[in-house]
Amino acid sequence: MNAVLAIDSLRFAWPGEERPVLDIDAFSVAAGEKVFLHGPSGSGKSTLLAAVGALVVPQAGRIELCGSDLATLSRGGRDRFRADHLGVIFQQFNLLPWLDVTANVILPCRFSRVRAQRAGNAEAAARQLLSAMDLEESLWQRRADTLSVGQQQRVAAARALIGQPELVLADEPTSALDADRRDRFLDLLFERVEAAGSALLFVSHDLELGARFDRVVELPEINRAGAPA
Amino acid sequence: MTLLRLAWRSLLNRRSTVLLTVFTIGLSIALLVMVEQLRTDVRQGFYRSVSGTDLIVGARTAPVQLLLNTVFGIGTPGNNISHESLEYIEEQRMVEWTIPLLIGDSHRGERVVGTTDAFFEHYRYADRQPLELAAGEPFTDLFDVVVGHQVARRFGYAVGDEIHLAHGGGNVSLHEHEEHPFTIRGVLEPTGTPVDRNLYIPMTAYGVIHVGWESGVHRPGSGLDADEAREHAHEHEPEEISAVLVGLTAPAAVFGLQRSLNDYEAEPLTAVMPGITLQQLWRLTGVAELVLRAVAILVVITGLLGMVTVLLTTLNERRREMAILRANGARAWQIAALLVFEAGLIVLGGLVLGIAMALGAIVALGPWLLDVFGLAVGVTGPEPWQWAVLGGIFLVGLLVALVPAIMAYRRTLADGMQVRL
Repeated sequence: MNAVLAIDSLRFAWPGEERPVLDIDAFSVAAGEKVFLHGPSGSGKSTLLAAVGALVVPQAGRIELCGSDLATLSRGGRDRFRADHLGVIFQQFNLLPWLDVTANVILPCRFSRVRAQRAGNAEAAARQLLSAMDLEESLWQRRADTLSVGQQQRVAAARALIGQPELVLADEPTSALDADRRDRFLDLLFERVEAAGSALLFVSHDLELGARFDRVVELPEINRAGAPA
Repeated sequence: MTLLRLAWRSLLNRRSTVLLTVFTIGLSIALLVMVEQLRTDVRQGFYRSVSGTDLIVGARTAPVQLLLNTVFGIGTPGNNISHESLEYIEEQRMVEWTIPLLIGDSHRGERVVGTTDAFFEHYRYADRQPLELAAGEPFTDLFDVVVGHQVARRFGYAVGDEIHLAHGGGNVSLHEHEEHPFTIRGVLEPTGTPVDRNLYIPMTAYGVIHVGWESGVHRPGSGLDADEAREHAHEHEPEEISAVLVGLTAPAAVFGLQRSLNDYEAEPLTAVMPGITLQQLWRLTGVAELVLRAVAILVVITGLLGMVTVLLTTLNERRREMAILRANGARAWQIAALLVFEAGLIVLGGLVLGIAMALGAIVALGPWLLDVFGLAVGVTGPEPWQWAVLGGIFLVGLLVALVPAIMAYRRTLADGMQVRL
């Protein structure tokens, strides 16, 4: 009941393809839990995130996010649901290059009233998150594409966390960072995720990172569709 | 609001391409607005010149030719009519006034028109305004000349100056009426009609200065000296005049009089109603106007297509952007709307720029048009129906932007957050 995400008998194949990419019996993430989802490329990690993000609709099974069955929502409803309850961090190029750093962080509050309400004063919340993510004040008004890759990833994390979404999806967010910065990034991310009370579903092929999470899940083990041989 | 602001920021990011697109659309709008403005202004300019005249009567010719010739000095002068015909017209019931016009001589390329005091008294232009003198007075002497505003301004003439008239038209005349200098007696206020570019002398003087010119060139030793001429002026009343402007006591009488003058047996005459003849002229120029209009509209369409092309080519490089927006809660329709908003801003910028450029060009061209064609063009701004057309162009701009918008919509749905670089 206190699961943020619960997956039950999920089956998904991309349109026009017979072979399913996902075939998962059960998978769940509890509120506030930090889960490391490990799998080689091609094991369906990104597709799973798309399904959880309600961007693709599975052919069978049930995905429950924050107590709501995604299948019962309309397309617009799914969009709103994602905006309200999910924070997303990509591998890289997370930011709109033509917006300044602060405006990038506030972006989710522009599209979701729930997130905006929870953030309160969006500007203040953005500033707080940015300094918590160790970004100097001199960077806040700069265009996003003038920042280094590491700085951009931290801005993306701040954005994913603004308005305290129940679940943060991170798709290989550290793959463009060197080891030092990767650890530093994880430290800050964990700190903020805990502060926000959000659950974290972190996808990576880099098993080294797994130890720091509450739980490590091997995707090939739960996904019967598996990687193509 | 949020979307509009995002659209604005996104445009700013690509300002060089966007500015070029805005400029392209602006130019096309400017062309369209200018064609329409000038068309209206030219028409109004023509109507201004004949606002008080009920009939123009001249020798048998095409109505349009008679009108262009007598009032606007366009084309070569045709035949003259006899003085008896003028008297016949004056005798007609319902004729309130007549202004005889004698055309043929020139001064530094501008027309010299022989007429009577009736011209200053009865000629009306624009909203039936009478002529006003900026300086001096109408004819008091046989060798007086009253000049239009442009003539005085261009050649720096003032009341009291002496000028020579040239025999025949054209800029460089080999034959001047040197023996009869004229004194500038009056300068007319600007009217925004061909009157501004004319010089007016008493009709009798026209006759007098042509004594001895019967063969077309001056016969040496012939002609009158000035005092002789003043004394015997009435003997040299010109036997022919070029045309007559006629004013009636009752406008309704115009049809009957026109018919009877066209059927006049003593001499073949043409009587035309200026307004109706202008309509005929517009029918002639209508095809050219239509072509100009069509070209202008095609150019606008080209501009809009250029914009769509720019939006489409940016779609690929912006795929990432769309995925980011979507991952952060933007709905697919909002991403489509973003593109439509961008197009809207571009077209709006183009409209504003285009109207400004067109009005600027008209302001810049105004003096030249007045100088060369005697046409007064004013910056009146687009008329209501033209605003409707401009509004329509804006809507079409939004409509064609639906193409990239729908593509973006489909693509965002298919891509989701999957885009990787």
